[in-house]
Amino acid sequence: MGYPHKSHPKETVVLSQYFGDADARTFKGWTKRGGYEALAQALKMDPVAVTDVVKESGLRGRGGAGFPTGLKWSFMPKEKKKPHYLCVNADESEPGTFKDREIMRWTPHALLEGTAIAAHAIRAEVAYIYIRGEFTEPWTIMERALAEANAADVFGAIRIHLHRGAGAYICGEETALMNSIEGKRGNPRIKPPFPAAAGLFGLPTTINNVETLAAVPHILKRGAAWYKGLCLSNPKSTGTKLFSVCGHVQRPGNYEVTMGFPLKDLLYDMCGGPPPGRTLKACIPGGSSVPILTREETEACLLDYEGVVASGSMLGSGGVIVFDDSADMVYQIMRLARFYAHESCAQCTQCREGTAWTTKIMERILAGQGKPKDLDLLLDLSENMTGKTICVLSDSCAAPIVSGIKKFRGEFEAYLAGKKQSVMVS
Amino acid sequence: MSDGLINLTIDGAPVSVPPGTLVIEAAKQAGVLVPHYCYHPGLPVAGVCRMCLVEIEKAPKLQIACATTVTEGMVVKTQAPAAKDARQSVLEFLLINHPLDCPICDQAGECELQDFVFQEGQPGTRYGEFAKRFNPVEDFGPDVLYVPNRCILCTRCVRFMEDVAKEPVLNVSERGDRAFIGIHPEARLDHPWAGNVVDLCPVGSLLSKDFLHKARAWELDKTASVCTGCSQGCNITLDTRDEVVVRVRPRPNLDINRYFICDHGRMHYRWMNRGDRIEAPLVRKDGALHATDWDEAFARVLAILRGASGKAVALVSPGASSEALAAAKRLLSGFTWTGAFQVVMGEEAPLAGVPNLALRAERAPNAKGAEQLGYTRDYAQALAAAKSAAVVLVLDEPDCPVETDGALIYAGTVLGEDAACRRADVVLPIANVAEEEGTFTNRDGRDQRYYQAKPAPGMAQPAAWVLGQLAQAMGLAEVQ
Repeated sequence: MGYPHKSHPKETVVLSQYFGDADARTFKGWTKRGGYEALAQALKMDPVAVTDVVKESGLRGRGGAGFPTGLKWSFMPKEKKKPHYLCVNADESEPGTFKDREIMRWTPHALLEGTAIAAHAIRAEVAYIYIRGEFTEPWTIMERALAEANAADVFGAIRIHLHRGAGAYICGEETALMNSIEGKRGNPRIKPPFPAAAGLFGLPTTINNVETLAAVPHILKRGAAWYKGLCLSNPKSTGTKLFSVCGHVQRPGNYEVTMGFPLKDLLYDMCGGPPPGRTLKACIPGGSSVPILTREETEACLLDYEGVVASGSMLGSGGVIVFDDSADMVYQIMRLARFYAHESCAQCTQCREGTAWTTKIMERILAGQGKPKDLDLLLDLSENMTGKTICVLSDSCAAPIVSGIKKFRGEFEAYLAGKKQSVMVS
Repeated sequence: MSDGLINLTIDGAPVSVPPGTLVIEAAKQAGVLVPHYCYHPGLPVAGVCRMCLVEIEKAPKLQIACATTVTEGMVVKTQAPAAKDARQSVLEFLLINHPLDCPICDQAGECELQDFVFQEGQPGTRYGEFAKRFNPVEDFGPDVLYVPNRCILCTRCVRFMEDVAKEPVLNVSERGDRAFIGIHPEARLDHPWAGNVVDLCPVGSLLSKDFLHKARAWELDKTASVCTGCSQGCNITLDTRDEVVVRVRPRPNLDINRYFICDHGRMHYRWMNRGDRIEAPLVRKDGALHATDWDEAFARVLAILRGASGKAVALVSPGASSEALAAAKRLLSGFTWTGAFQVVMGEEAPLAGVPNLALRAERAPNAKGAEQLGYTRDYAQALAAAKSAAVVLVLDEPDCPVETDGALIYAGTVLGEDAACRRADVVLPIANVAEEEGTFTNRDGRDQRYYQAKPAPGMAQPAAWVLGQLAQAMGLAEVQ
């Protein structure tokens, strides 16, 4: 993982190889480490050939949905009639996720190189990297790196722009991000049309996550077969993935492991497990939007797209949030609901009203004023908020509520029965 | 498919619609109104209220009918249990922060929230004792008030100002359940077409100050009419309460005004309720006008017409019906005839997002109709000719500065203290546009019928009837 700790021997270090190495941030330092070779190679290739290599590698989107990257690129119009755009989603705002931040902090050129390769593959002239507003340090580093790379003229005809967000979580949703770049309110758009048909400025657009694109130069350089070989479990999940582990572990941080790696080993071996004297209670494996896993589920979970689904959650963005036995799950879930209530864009009725209502009920339960029917009400509201809105923010609010009540019902009931001291909720 | 139509089934009924039709519009053809809030056929699709969720066979999730286009063989079930549950939950979400102040809300009775809650909602609330969102009423513009507590954030108003009026002064401000409709801090909602946001608002959130607390929706009688504000010929509904016109609203006509009317037209109704009307025919006796009955008035007019010959001049209002204008011409067809009208001119105010729709500079509804009947715009020349004419007929031009050495017949609605028409030999009381049925020809030559919304005062009768009766008594054939 590089920074601030040394890599663990069980890690498969690809993207994080130069984390903590300040020299790799510079253009000179990056080229010394073999940077921009893949881009030079790609620019000589036919765009379709580049896409085919990525398709063959099995690389899937690292932003959360896990859509095959090469397939996504191939959705762009075959016959180019209008300008194409590439958007890079660096609006990493998912609670518990901080992998893209580290990529931009330590290996900005890896992202720029991957961006240029992807732009070439989809025949886009212009790429926008949409960076989360709060990321001041990564922004400065990316700006410097882009200036250096532009000065060295490595991108050919491709122009890369940095665009800074203004602090809205919803702008990480791909169509909201496009609206935001266009200068509009960051509201998700209804689909269809999908971005490949009408995206940024109404033109064919592909949008990829930072980690996805940072992996692309490695795939081109070392070959699709090598990347495909990085697989411990299901052959549909290949390569390496950065997991941002936070919460009750002794060594939180970013860990890069091969797809299919056991979550148990990540938490206990690499992160040192919970603090001494405590035991693991729960874990959110893929950023705040995915269902919560119990200790048993966590310890049996394999970290790839299919493995986490089999355990009852989703791989998501790879933001692993760990709770030990000192955690009050009701309070934790209230915090998540409150986050979504704050960040709902207010378009869809279910999300606008549902996230806020859910939060109020959670706060009421914590304050010791819960009603006996509150759990059923929460579950019903969550059901009504799932799968009915433009984007998945509403579903994301419902997921931890539903899984939380299902798996930690006792903690909720303790509050409802007045057996637990009420918590001041501010 | 040979006719190029898409065939689908909606709630068991087969429907054939052109490609590209939205499910919500196709459903209308099957007689099914899918409940909706943000969708409006005159605005771009937003798909945000999530009210029109329906079940479509083979689709993995419920789909919104307003943003789904029809496909061949599609099977839509608007009454599927899942769809009904989803819509019921949307209504519940919409109501948790709604004040339910229907008893004091102008929209009550014509409120889509009321209607659909009544149709599909559930009684009671699970929101409990939580405080509802509160924001103070805001003054948006000359005729628009915003009551944020009632707002369901369908964004119809925002989209109207942005995409139809092309003056984007409204937005959704804030996020989540704190959101409300915001107005640019330095702007007012004073676009000449801004009043449409009141009609577009499905709930009582955007209110007309003009109509504020004036009437309850269920007390209103509605009459199809045509706006008299300009020569565009927008279709309107006259809302009357106890025989008083209290509101003008647009009536959809895709060829003329789509779903909109301008604020000038919207406010152009108070004169229809004037109290200082001529209520009885007047005839000149001993140098003064005296009230009489129709028989005597008709006899006097006929005597004048039969006893005169030579030149006749008709000075008419371009707001008179084509029927009245034709009858006036017919009545004077025994003379060397001149007919003229004048049009008050104003500023043209187009609605940018709709082609060929504007508040026209020509502020009269039937100038084209008058022209087609042979009336000229040379009013000054006609006024001069009136001086020496044997008979002058003034039709509903109360301020006409007419002077004549011949006989003067005035058919009008009002008669001012110092009006030149006070010198008339006969004054015939006529109905105004709200009190009669008639036809206007708009600037593009489209003939449009309007209907009677309230009774005429006293003995006043439609001008077409009055002049027609006279022409018939004169034995004059209809002029072509």
